Amino acid sequence: MADERKLAYVMAFNEAVKQQMEADPNVFCAGEDIGAFGGVFGTFGGLQAKFGADRVVDTPISEQAIVGLGVGAAVTGLRPIVDLMFMDFICVALDQIVNQAAKLKYMFGGDAVLPLTITTAGGGGLSAAAQHSQSLEALLCHIPGLKVVMPSNPYDMKGLMTACIQENNPTVMIKHKRLLGMTGHVPEESYSIPLGKGNILRPGKDVTIVAYARMANEALIAAEELSKDGIDCEIIDPRTLQPLDTDLIVSSVKKTNHAVVVHEAVRFGGLGGEIASQIQELAFDYLDAPVTRIGAPFSPVPFSPALEQHYIPDSKTIVQGIRDVMARV
Amino acid sequence: MDLPVHVQLDLHRRMVRIRLFEEAAGRLAESNRLPGFLHLYVGEEAVAAGVCGALNDDDHITSTHRGHGHLVAKGGDFNRMMAELMGKATGYCKGKGGSMHISDTSLGMLGANGIVGAGSPIAVGAAFANRYRGRGQVAVAFFGDGSTNIGAFHEAANMACALHLPIVFACENNEYGEFTPRDKTMAITDIVDRAAGYGMPGVIVDGMDVIAVHEATVEAVERARTGGGPSLIEAKTYRFYNHHGVQNLGLKYRSDDEVAMWKQRDPIFTLEDRMIENKAATRDQFDAIWAELRADIDAAIAFADESPYPTPDQIMVGVYTSMSGAN
Ligand SMILES: Cc1ncc(C[n+]2csc(CCOP(=O)(O)OP(=O)(O)O)c2C)c(N)n1
Ligand SMILES: [Mg+2]
Repeated sequence: MADERKLAYVMAFNEAVKQQMEADPNVFCAGEDIGAFGGVFGTFGGLQAKFGADRVVDTPISEQAIVGLGVGAAVTGLRPIVDLMFMDFICVALDQIVNQAAKLKYMFGGDAVLPLTITTAGGGGLSAAAQHSQSLEALLCHIPGLKVVMPSNPYDMKGLMTACIQENNPTVMIKHKRLLGMTGHVPEESYSIPLGKGNILRPGKDVTIVAYARMANEALIAAEELSKDGIDCEIIDPRTLQPLDTDLIVSSVKKTNHAVVVHEAVRFGGLGGEIASQIQELAFDYLDAPVTRIGAPFSPVPFSPALEQHYIPDSKTIVQGIRDVMARV
Repeated sequence: MDLPVHVQLDLHRRMVRIRLFEEAAGRLAESNRLPGFLHLYVGEEAVAAGVCGALNDDDHITSTHRGHGHLVAKGGDFNRMMAELMGKATGYCKGKGGSMHISDTSLGMLGANGIVGAGSPIAVGAAFANRYRGRGQVAVAFFGDGSTNIGAFHEAANMACALHLPIVFACENNEYGEFTPRDKTMAITDIVDRAAGYGMPGVIVDGMDVIAVHEATVEAVERARTGGGPSLIEAKTYRFYNHHGVQNLGLKYRSDDEVAMWKQRDPIFTLEDRMIENKAATRDQFDAIWAELRADIDAAIAFADESPYPTPDQIMVGVYTSMSGAN
């Protein structure tokens, strides 16, 4: 089957960038160690050799100026991809992201276009400790003007990254570090997945699990386990967190009457709270149990694997969470 | 070479302690016994040792992602360091921080740091507090060449000078930030050129010569302690290993010849040769020091190995301080 070409998540990202750079001379990339070295995760591998150092730019360690470079170049007509190596480093660039990129268009009365893609790598599970493991997506989703994308598999990665580059608004593409090596079917030709469109990763009738990035994969494992007990889970991967595909989530919950939201981020103030609220506002009469959130405890990410393995939710936590929800009926 | 012999031996000891700790950590990482990232300080020992040898116990330092050397030089305890690198409950940070956040506030070591550039503003705060309390302490910010490209460094340097604080900016210029050479990320060759822009004196020292580093630091610390304000020291140095991990040769961003050239200038062996030549010490004396410190390292590895991992109930401990001040 010609269609069954497999690609790793990291190379799906790389291919999307490559194809968009081929298609549009206004696309360029900038970031730390992305040129000659190809990026610390290999995400930009081979691109400088192919497109040259003018289009794949090694920058100083200057996160604020890296995003600023993207903002300024976008508003003057280019289509930048700027990379912040680890998601934790968005904090260094937050003014440019939150006060500049997200708001220029609105503040200018609509008279600005910012086709800017900010790429970064989030998530834990590598004993990388509190400043290299965070999941800060809720922070970004709270900012009007930004779009936020977190793919859970190689196919979605390529389609969503393509959409981010083609998008006329600032987007943040968050790769999950633990998914970089995940392989799966990825078509060779260019394609895009619309931002704001979720995906039913697994159809089911008893309970809706809303999960994204690495947790979507953990939810798949949990669903297999629960099917042995006769619990049939439907997994919704929103893929884009801002804008959020509320329709898809709500229609699933109306069918299953139960919902569990899972993320790796700290539970308090995480996106799970928003999703749970949407569900109860739009599907209250359909619910047989309160919407449950599964997320990390309210502490920074601990270094020691002995702690981190208990800190990050996994398929076992999800199985337990769903058993608890179903037991209430 | 008019430094008293006991001072030279003290600097030597600090360097050997760093070297042995780092080589041991590297071996453990190679056999997958250390979780997480490991940024080794090997090759740069003269900087941490030369600087910290000029400080008092109650002076403060801030560090970087490459921080073990700074803590060892400030008097760090091998056992607690090794346990922390292994993620054990007996480690300096109880397994919460690991290599990149290793710290000992009782030694004035305000943490390795995972965010490039973040240590310098914190050193400014420590310097401010030190002057505020008036006990004559100084603060030193260790930072890499690459970190001088980040806003935090510039804000810290300017504020320190504007407030005329008792601080020393100690730059480890190893010519690379991760896998990218310095000349691709800045248009100047010497970090010291930046000092004038903030209004502080700056000097370049041979970062492979612990005595040169030490003498420059003594002068800068004296200036800071006596109300003369900030200084910048740029130590030209080199890391013998890769940015992280234990590979040293066959790296695509720097040549093996370059590595070999710098290794010729090994800061520890150069000092030993010089001291032997000057009859300040003997080979036997040095051999005994290495042997003694090796035994300390072996004991630290055993201590860390035998130590328990933290239990899951510790995850939520230490996020906030209680009103009683307890952890
Ligand atoms: C804000 C921020 N950006 C990027 C990184 C990734 N990073 C870690 S170390 C490093 C290079 C630092 O270079 P330098 O300051 O010269 O220190 P060296 O590693 O050479 O000791 C980079 C880019 C980081 N940790 N923090
Ligand atoms: Mg450097």
